[in-house]
Amino acid sequence: MNMKEEALLRVENLTKIFRTGFLGKGEKIIAVNDVSFFLKKGEVLSLIGESGSGKTTIARLILKLLKPTSGRIYYEDTDIWEMPDKAYWRKVQAIFQDPYASFNSFYKVERTLKNVFKLFPDKISEGEKDKKVHEALEKIGLNPKEVLGKHPFELSGGQMQRLLLARCLIIDPEVIIADEPTSMVDASMRVILLNIFKELSKKAGKSIIFITHDISQAFYISDRVLVMYRGRIVENGPVEQILFSPQHPYTKRLISDVPKLHEKFKFTLT
Amino acid sequence: MSLVLEARHIEGGYDLGSSFLKAVDDCSLYAYEGEMLGVAGESGCGKSTLAKLIMGLTKPPLRLVKGKSIIDDIDVYKLSWKERKKILWGKVVTMIPQASMNALNPTKKIKDVVFDVVREKYSTPPSKSEILDMAKKRFDEIGLDPVALDMYPIELSGGMKQRAIIAISTLLNPSFLIADEPTSALDVSTQKLLLELLYMLIKRNIVKTLIFISHDIATLRQICDKMCIMYAGKILEISDTEDVINRPLHPYTERLMESVIPLMPSVRKKTLKGIPGAPPNLLNPPSGCRFHPRCRYAMPLCKEKEPPLREAKKGRFVSCWLHLG
Amino acid sequence: MTERIVNAGKLIVRYKKLLIGVTMLVAIIAFCTLGMLLYPIDPKAIIFRDLQPPSSTNPLGTDVFGRDVLAQLIHGTYNSFRIGILAGLIATLIGIVVGAAAGYFGGMLDDLLNLITNTFLVIPTLALLIVIASYIRIRSELMMVLIIGVTAWPWTARAIRAQVYSLKTREFVDLAKISGLPKYEIIVFEILPNMLSYIVMCFTLQMAGAILSEAGLSAIGLGPTALITLGMMLRWTIVWEAPRIGTWWWFIPPGLIITLIAVSFLLINNGLDEIYNPRLRRMR
Repeated sequence: MNMKEEALLRVENLTKIFRTGFLGKGEKIIAVNDVSFFLKKGEVLSLIGESGSGKTTIARLILKLLKPTSGRIYYEDTDIWEMPDKAYWRKVQAIFQDPYASFNSFYKVERTLKNVFKLFPDKISEGEKDKKVHEALEKIGLNPKEVLGKHPFELSGGQMQRLLLARCLIIDPEVIIADEPTSMVDASMRVILLNIFKELSKKAGKSIIFITHDISQAFYISDRVLVMYRGRIVENGPVEQILFSPQHPYTKRLISDVPKLHEKFKFTLT
Repeated sequence: MSLVLEARHIEGGYDLGSSFLKAVDDCSLYAYEGEMLGVAGESGCGKSTLAKLIMGLTKPPLRLVKGKSIIDDIDVYKLSWKERKKILWGKVVTMIPQASMNALNPTKKIKDVVFDVVREKYSTPPSKSEILDMAKKRFDEIGLDPVALDMYPIELSGGMKQRAIIAISTLLNPSFLIADEPTSALDVSTQKLLLELLYMLIKRNIVKTLIFISHDIATLRQICDKMCIMYAGKILEISDTEDVINRPLHPYTERLMESVIPLMPSVRKKTLKGIPGAPPNLLNPPSGCRFHPRCRYAMPLCKEKEPPLREAKKGRFVSCWLHLG
Repeated sequence: MTERIVNAGKLIVRYKKLLIGVTMLVAIIAFCTLGMLLYPIDPKAIIFRDLQPPSSTNPLGTDVFGRDVLAQLIHGTYNSFRIGILAGLIATLIGIVVGAAAGYFGGMLDDLLNLITNTFLVIPTLALLIVIASYIRIRSELMMVLIIGVTAWPWTARAIRAQVYSLKTREFVDLAKISGLPKYEIIVFEILPNMLSYIVMCFTLQMAGAILSEAGLSAIGLGPTALITLGMMLRWTIVWEAPRIGTWWWFIPPGLIITLIAVSFLLINNGLDEIYNPRLRRMR
C-alpha cells in the first residue's frame, strides 16, 4: 500500500507541551508525545485512551484549535497550517462530548446549525439555509418540528447529539473527529448513534476519528485502533488484532479490566 | 437469611416551585443478608432518588410522599433528621457516592478524618487509641497498609484512596452499604479494584448487604446476585442476574441487554438495535405502563392500565402485562 | 425579545428582595423626575427667609441661604442619578472591553492588562479621586462622570475577565471557531450573552458605587462646581454646621435618600443573585 497515496489525514511526530506560570516559565506538561499516524478515506479509526492519555489534545490539534509544539499534520499532503482555516473546516469537522455544552444555551438550536454557513464563500439566502437544515435533520432521522425553535434544555441528550451530527452533515466534510460523542448519552441511544457513524463511513465514505475510553464501542465501529497512554501511542493495528491478541501490557490490562456482559471477574480474595 | 432492607411502596420526588416531580413512584425493594443487589436504569429512572429515599436522606427539595423503609428493623421515617444522623447514617447504613475519592479533605491526615467520622457518631466517643485500633483492623481487612493512616490523601495512589474511603465508610460496621454510581469517574483498573473491594466487604461479612446503583449492566453483573431494572420512576423487573441478562422478561430489559456491546468477533458484522425515543417527562408520564410508547409488544391494555410488580415465575418479579395474564 | 421581558417581569414579582428593591428605585426616580415637573420652584433661587422649618410654602423648609430644600432634594437626586448612571455605564463598558480582551486572548495581552488593572485596584479609589479632582479647577458634570467612571472600571474588568476566561474553554466556543466565526463575533455574540446576568449585576453595583463616590467627593468639597447634587447638599450642611444648629429638615433628607438609593441597589443586586444562583434561594 502506498501510504502517501491513500492517506487522507497524516499526523507526523506531533508533540504538544503545555507550560504554566507567568510568561510560560513554570511547569511543563507533555500532553502529546511524538505521535504519528494516518487516516484513510472511508475508514473509522479509534483513539482509545483513558483520561490524561492526550486523546482530546490530539483532537484539538487536528481541528486547528491548538498549535502544535512540534510536528506536522497533513490533509491530502498539504500542511494544515498552510491551508486557509475556512477551507480546512469545510473538510474536517467535529462532534464533542457534551451536547449541552456544545450549543450556546442563550440561543435556539438552529442558530448553531446555521452558523456553519459562514464557512462557505458564496452568499446563501435564508430560504436556502432553512432547506439545507431540514435536509440534514431528515437524513439523521430527526423531525424538524420537534427540534427547531427549541432551546438546548428542552431537548434530550440523544436529540442534541444527533443535532451535532446534522450540523456536520450540512457542512459535508470528509473527516469527522468525534470526541467521546456517546459518553453522556444513555446506552439505548448510544447504539443508535454508533450505527449512524458506521453508516457514514460505509455508505457515505466519510473518514471518522472516534475518540473514546470505551473499548467495546471502539470495537463495534472501527476498522483500526490506536491505543494511547500518557501522550504516546503504545499500540496500533486492525481492531480485531488489537482486541484479541494485544501485545502491549497497557493494552492487555485495559482489555482484561473492562467488565464484560458474559464474563465475570475472578476475584482473588487476599 | 434475615431481611436487612424492607422498602415498601416508596413514593417521592422533588419540589420545584409550583410543581412536584415524582421521581420514584411506588417502588418496593427487599434485600437479605449476604446479598448484593444491583439497581440498573438509564438517566432519569429514579435510581439515585430511590437510594436517598431508602436512607432517609430527604434534604429539601427531595421529599418522601409515602412508603416505609425499614433497615435492620429500624423504621427510618419514624426517626427525626437529627436521630437519623446520630443513629442511622454511618452506623446502620452508609452511602458511597460518585467520585468518592475527592471526598477526602486534602488538608487532613487520614487518621484525622477517621477521628472526625467516629467521634461525630458517639456522645461519649471512644479514645483515640481505641479508634486507631479499629481503623488498623479494618485497613488490614481491606488490604491497605495501616501506615496510610499517617499520610495525607495526596500521598496515596488512586487505589489506596479508594480502599481508604471504603474502610472509613464501613468503620462503624453498618449493616447496609449503598454505592451510587461509584465507578463512573474512575479509570478501568480502579473500577475493577473497587468492585473487588465491594465484593470483599460482603464475602468477609464486614457489611451484611450491598446495593449497587449503576447504568452500566456489565459492571453490575460482576458482583451482583440479583438485578433490579428501573425505568421512569418504576421498577420493571427484579430477578437473579443470570436470568435478567440471558432470559429477560420485560421488553425494556430485553432491549437494554441488546444495547450492551459484547466483545465478540461476530458483533462487528451485526447492527445492534437501540431503543428509539427517549424516557418520558416525569411531570407528565404516559398513561398505563410507562414504557408502552417505546415497546414493540405494546397492547391496548398497556396504555390503559399500569401493570403491578408481581412474581411471574419463581423468584422473578416483573411489571408487564405480557407476563401477568 | 418581548418574551424575555415578560419573563423578566414574572421573575421580579416572584422574588421579594428584587421586588422591594425595584419598587424603591422606581419610587425614588419617580420622585425626582415627576418632582421636577410638578414642583417648579428653582432650587437655586434665594427668595425665601433662611433656615425656616417645614411649612406650607416650603414642605421641607429652607436652607441657610434661603433656598427651598425640597426643590434642592428633587434636583439633587436627579443630578446624582445622572452622574451615577453615566459613570456606571462608562465604568462597565471599559471593564467589559478590558476584561473580555484579557480573558479571551490571554497570553501577553492578558498579562499586560492584568498589570494595569491590578495597579488601579491597589491604589485606594478615594485617594485617587481626591488627587485627580483637586487638579481640575472647573468640575463640570461631564468631568465628574469621567473622573468616577475612569477610576471605577478595574473591579468590573477583573470579574468579567474571570468569567470570559472560563467560558472560552467551553465546547460551544470551539464549535463556533470551527464554524468559521470571526473572533469579535465569538466574544460579542457567543460569550457575552451568556454573561448577561453577570453584566447587569456589575452595572447595578457600578451605578450604586458611582452615586456614593459622587456623594463622597462632593461632601469633602471636590464635587461639581455649579451643580446641585445630593453630595453638594451634604457639603453645605457640613460647612454651615446644620446638625449643630438643629435644622433637621435640611441635613436629614439628602443623607436619607442616599441611603435609600444604596439599599435599593443592594436589594436588586441580591435579588438578581438569587435568581441566577438557585442555591441561594430559600426553599419553600
